[in-house]
Amino acid sequence: MNEHDKPNSVEAQARRDFLKTGALVAGATLAPGVLFYGVAHSRAPEEAASSDKRFGLLIDTTKCGDGCNDCVSACNTENGLTGETGPQDSQWIRKVDIKDLRTGYVQSLPMMCQHCENPPCVDVCPTGASMKRADGIVLVDRHTCIGCRYCMMACPYKARSFVHEPLTDQNPEVPRGKGCVESCTFCVQRVDRDEQPACVEACNTQGHNAMIFGDLKDPESALNKALKAASSIEVRADLALNTGVRYQGI
Amino acid sequence: MARLAKWLRLAALMFAVAFSAIASIPAVAGVDLPKIEKGKGDKCVEDTQYMRRNHMDLLKHHRDDTMRKGIRTTKHSLKKCVECHASEKSGSVAASKEDFCAACHSYASVKLDCWDCHATKPGKKSPTQLGQGGVQMQSSPLIAATQPGESK
Ligand code: SF4
Ligand code: SF4
Repeated sequence: MNEHDKPNSVEAQARRDFLKTGALVAGATLAPGVLFYGVAHSRAPEEAASSDKRFGLLIDTTKCGDGCNDCVSACNTENGLTGETGPQDSQWIRKVDIKDLRTGYVQSLPMMCQHCENPPCVDVCPTGASMKRADGIVLVDRHTCIGCRYCMMACPYKARSFVHEPLTDQNPEVPRGKGCVESCTFCVQRVDRDEQPACVEACNTQGHNAMIFGDLKDPESALNKALKAASSIEVRADLALNTGVRYQGI
Repeated sequence: MARLAKWLRLAALMFAVAFSAIASIPAVAGVDLPKIEKGKGDKCVEDTQYMRRNHMDLLKHHRDDTMRKGIRTTKHSLKKCVECHASEKSGSVAASKEDFCAACHSYASVKLDCWDCHATKPGKKSPTQLGQGGVQMQSSPLIAATQPGESK
């Protein structure tokens, strides 16, 4: 990285903005040494995830139908979960019903890993298996997870599950197995090929449009525009985790 | 603890594979060698002898790159190994003792736990992955399941 590429230079900022808008141009040389690969593929396979992005999700609970389980089923199918909800079953996303006891107003919302900027699960992990990728996606590296479940205790959102029994016939893109902790990955395998997480895609194709996924660092993203247009909150904002998932309507 | 044991086993495997290579020298002909099914493509991504000794290092390096950094090149990816080496008979690399990984590993008596988590059979691909590999594409049940009108 030479002097001109330093993020604090105005020129670099302008160039980044230009790169964002020009991301659909195939193979165009935009600046010395900067070349884009392929149409609509913002990251080449050999390129590492970058902290120029932070993935996030906005959920509008007012559009979230009572009893609707479309996001949950899509997650289960994509990631090879059984869909069972017993104490030993993996749940990466759950529908949670909340009721205002004074008014009786009931809402139903999906809850999953909030992809915290300051994730307690990562803080407590003794092996480094709990990790946050450069683009903000919080993952468990099963190769180093020893199944101690500290992270499950630390997570304020009850987002993580432990795999208790041996598994077979996993989705080749989503390896998972006994003895490791797991949670929502934002469907990292899909995000890495510029697709939306399975829950978001399902919610939108079913016409609910309750979820917007995108890059929190891109001011032009649909996500940021929606965040700017209406009030939204973090669940348990008092914990100052700066979650990547935000909610509207609760 | 299990993970530490895994690396010890990997180290043991390296020795074991080196050993089986010695056994293949004509001077000790007559020793039964593992029968390894031929892969689908013309040749492997690396020289066969190199792969025998170093596949575990390549896989470990690639797994860290993919898992931690999101680098998704396909040359040394386990998924691609499985796509080429899945047995014609079982469709898997480790379902029976004749399958590619199992053949050598059971011969060398080296347990491997890749398959506790990773699929031993090639998966079906979504249309968006079409450009990425040379393997024949099929429509994905994963995509179909998230289409309208099915889950409600
Ligand atoms: S929601 Fe829980 S699992 Fe997800 S990053 Fe935050 S602490 Fe970790
Ligand atoms: S269960 Fe795994 S990921 Fe969670 S804290 Fe323990 S080692 Fe880390």
